[in-house]
Amino acid sequence: MRLVLANARILDPSQNIDRFGDLVIEDGKIAGVVAAHSADGDEVRDCSGLLVTPGLIDIHVHLREPGFEYKEDIESGTRAAAAGGFTAVCCMPNTSPSIDSTAVVRQIIERAAEVGCARVYPIGALTRNMQGDQLCEIADLKAAGACAISDDAFPIQNAETMRRGMEYCAQLGMTLMTHNEDQALTRGGAMNEGRTATMMGLPGIPRVAEDIAVARNVLLSELTGCRLHLLHISSGRTVDILRKAKMRRIPVTGETAPHYWALTDSACEGYNTNAKMNPPIRTAEDNRLIIEGLVDGTIDIIATDHAPHAPYEKEREFDQAPFGILGLETSFAVSYTTLVLPGKLELPDLIRKMTIAGAQVVGIPGGTLAEGAVADVAVFDLAAQWTARAAEGRSKSRNTPFDGMTVTGKTCFTLLGGRVVEV
Amino acid sequence: MRDLLSIRETDTDQIHQVLQTAVGFNEILKRPVKKVPTLRGRSVITLFYESSTRTRTSFELAAKYMSADAVNIAVAQSSVSKGESLKDTLKTLEALTADCIVIRHPSSGAAHLAAQFTSVPVINAGDGRHEHPTQALLDALTIWQHKVVGAEDDTYPVALRPDKPFDLAHLTVAIVGDLAHSRVARSNAWCLSRLGATVRWAGPRTLLPAEAHQLPVTVCDDLESALTGADVVMVLRLQTERQESGLLPSLREYSRLWGVTHTSLRWAKPDVLVMHPGPMNRGVEISAEVADGVGGVRSTVEQQVTNGVAVRMACLYLLMGGSGE
Repeated sequence: MRLVLANARILDPSQNIDRFGDLVIEDGKIAGVVAAHSADGDEVRDCSGLLVTPGLIDIHVHLREPGFEYKEDIESGTRAAAAGGFTAVCCMPNTSPSIDSTAVVRQIIERAAEVGCARVYPIGALTRNMQGDQLCEIADLKAAGACAISDDAFPIQNAETMRRGMEYCAQLGMTLMTHNEDQALTRGGAMNEGRTATMMGLPGIPRVAEDIAVARNVLLSELTGCRLHLLHISSGRTVDILRKAKMRRIPVTGETAPHYWALTDSACEGYNTNAKMNPPIRTAEDNRLIIEGLVDGTIDIIATDHAPHAPYEKEREFDQAPFGILGLETSFAVSYTTLVLPGKLELPDLIRKMTIAGAQVVGIPGGTLAEGAVADVAVFDLAAQWTARAAEGRSKSRNTPFDGMTVTGKTCFTLLGGRVVEV
Repeated sequence: MRDLLSIRETDTDQIHQVLQTAVGFNEILKRPVKKVPTLRGRSVITLFYESSTRTRTSFELAAKYMSADAVNIAVAQSSVSKGESLKDTLKTLEALTADCIVIRHPSSGAAHLAAQFTSVPVINAGDGRHEHPTQALLDALTIWQHKVVGAEDDTYPVALRPDKPFDLAHLTVAIVGDLAHSRVARSNAWCLSRLGATVRWAGPRTLLPAEAHQLPVTVCDDLESALTGADVVMVLRLQTERQESGLLPSLREYSRLWGVTHTSLRWAKPDVLVMHPGPMNRGVEISAEVADGVGGVRSTVEQQVTNGVAVRMACLYLLMGGSGE
């Protein structure tokens, strides 16, 4: 079976390719890039005017299965992923039961193989049941297929536990992904601490709670040699800590998500719980510093922290509603619209941060159109303008702050192992 | 005006309109028979998720004086956790054909949420630490009566300035105490500044919300600078649990630094008006002597309560489109 994506702009940052041509796929693998209109195949898809990239990779999503299937499941979550141009996602361990045993790792991998519209790589928990004390059997989790380890949603407060966790991960060569929050400083907090929170009468989550945890984790990474990945950077000050850590050659990487540069905490006005997440969206100054970090390479990765919650959970008093928003279906378009179109970030840099950079951090295949690679591919129409509509999403949930936003750049389809995924 | 959710979202003309209407209702409250037929056949439901005596009674009387049927639903804290969502409760009240819903709730924004779920007018009777709009309106009315009309004059002149009848431009109001947790302080900052007053906020830094200077207030770091030249001092209630949660070293030191006493009132203007939204902690945020008006200090606690009824009548009237007298 030979499939040709013909006459496209083919962009692959992993090989520094950005040219017009035909992408040839043979038996589910990339066969190469040739001159436009020169390739023949069993199926030729005209991609004139379209962008072809490696399938996007999101190393930070919550698929909610097992345990919270009323919010999302592997099928609906990967369908949302495919709709956003993603062919691989790494799912966080705060399920029920949490991903702290090989059984759950295997269950997720098997389920994804059955029903997934994208590949799913489970992330194992650092501590048992994410309780923050006893370490999980991380070697077993790795052997079962966990791609990385994380404490997301239940950040480790005890520095000694974090140190031991890092030592253990370092020896096993596992990347530790940390949610950075000193919870003594955030107790009761509902949104970014500042003018808007003060006017709305909501307890604040100060920036410094993230910065302190980042600084601690970076120092522990330096001490232990553990590969550290900073999840969802929201604070401009944290970008600077990460920049200095990299200058000291500490093995640390960082990610942010579109809402942290495209929105400010004023999105919470009117008690909009669809803008409630943790860490919280912050200020225009944080937006600026995060974009600066993306541009100079300090922030390696754009993830989504796709975190579905059922409408009835979000239609609540702001302080009672859960943290978290959707992201998979809007991530590329919002990024393209707010970073590339205004000339802040080059398109190849955006694609790198949404493909190969993430694959490298967690050590998974994909993110490349290199010859012989599995044909996980995304095709976008960069001219298409569309309006994000929560009600029309593929996710089971509706909690997006981008509802109603007009964006540019739309997924046409993805290929998963050479098979067309249309959603 | 569809709802009254916050003063921040209420424009200055509407504030004047409520106060003007309240002045009229204040006249009615002086009559031997206080009942008018304005809202006959209409119903007002007060939905209180927090205990309250004066605000709830005040709304209930306001409704009854206008011949509306008033029903109170006191939701005990315990039944909230096991019970119905706010959305479902609001849908039920609407189905019960309520014509106005007055809500008090411990969560900031609960009134906004309620208003999203019903087409019935919603009045915020205090939401978390966000706002308490009718309290600010009654405070503004009280200040105006004392400082513009003259306290002893109980015949209100026709609007002093027809365009801005409740202008407080020459006045300085100091709000002292636990500003971080106070919905009264927030509503008053917006209300009084929109009426032209200079508003000062003073309290320990641990009880000051982040970026308070971004609100229309001047933040003062000590009681002397807050009270110097003030026409009005508004003393906020200090919840004693603030000490237990580590925000204050002791009530004794709080009282020494921030307590409003005859001594500290010497910094203010000689005819300073002392206000307190109640209930008071005598000897903590306010000395017993000042609270009781000893030594000629003018305290407005009871007058605020009466004005509360008039302001709430005005709000119900304006939101429910009562027929004119």
